[in-house]
Amino acid sequence: MMMFYWISLIIVSIGFTGLLFRLVKGPTIADRVVALDAIGISLVSIVALLSLIYETEFFLEIILLLSILSFIGTIAFAKFLERGEIFDRNNNR
Amino acid sequence: MRNSLREERFSIETTIVNILIILLMSTGVIFSLVTALGLIRLPDVYTRTHAASKSSTLGVLCVLSATFIHFWLVEGIFNTQMVIAIAFLFITAPVGGHLIGRAAYMSGIKVAEETVRDDMAGALKEQKKKLMDNKTTEE
Repeated sequence: MMMFYWISLIIVSIGFTGLLFRLVKGPTIADRVVALDAIGISLVSIVALLSLIYETEFFLEIILLLSILSFIGTIAFAKFLERGEIFDRNNNR
Repeated sequence: MRNSLREERFSIETTIVNILIILLMSTGVIFSLVTALGLIRLPDVYTRTHAASKSSTLGVLCVLSATFIHFWLVEGIFNTQMVIAIAFLFITAPVGGHLIGRAAYMSGIKVAEETVRDDMAGALKEQKKKLMDNKTTEE
């Protein structure tokens, strides 16, 4: 069973490397933001697999934190791409 | 005596739980790999958003479910944070993909050459007009 978790971790890490390739190469900013979002989600599964390998439940608290941070970062980048600013003072929109 | 102990150790419940964990984990890992393949091979921001939002959500949900089942049925720890994390990811990951796609279209990134239909072309003009109106009222 432990061997199976190690093999899963290696396959997920190979996918992570592919996402890093798109993050570095991506022609536009939106490509890089998509790659960052997918990296955040892929990191969650890497943390889950690490907690299975080390047989501890203390890593599981990081999962919720990582998913919330990744979502907030994605929203901030999307708003910056669309409006050109993140905090706007005009409340009439 | 020794024989019965060995049978106790490899009981039918452990086998069923391990089969369940292996099935869920294999599905999740394969979908994670498909996400990376889609992000590398697809030609366009919008198709890449499609790959990154759907398949990566399903992959991480399967991996987290396998982890939750392992800690619940093998080690006897019912972790409530895992349930919250699964629900949160299930809601927010597609929303993030939708927001990035919309922002990319509004900031004027071209679609790929193979695209046959563009339904947002009218909405882009409307949005730009709205932005210009807002800027003139600010000044």
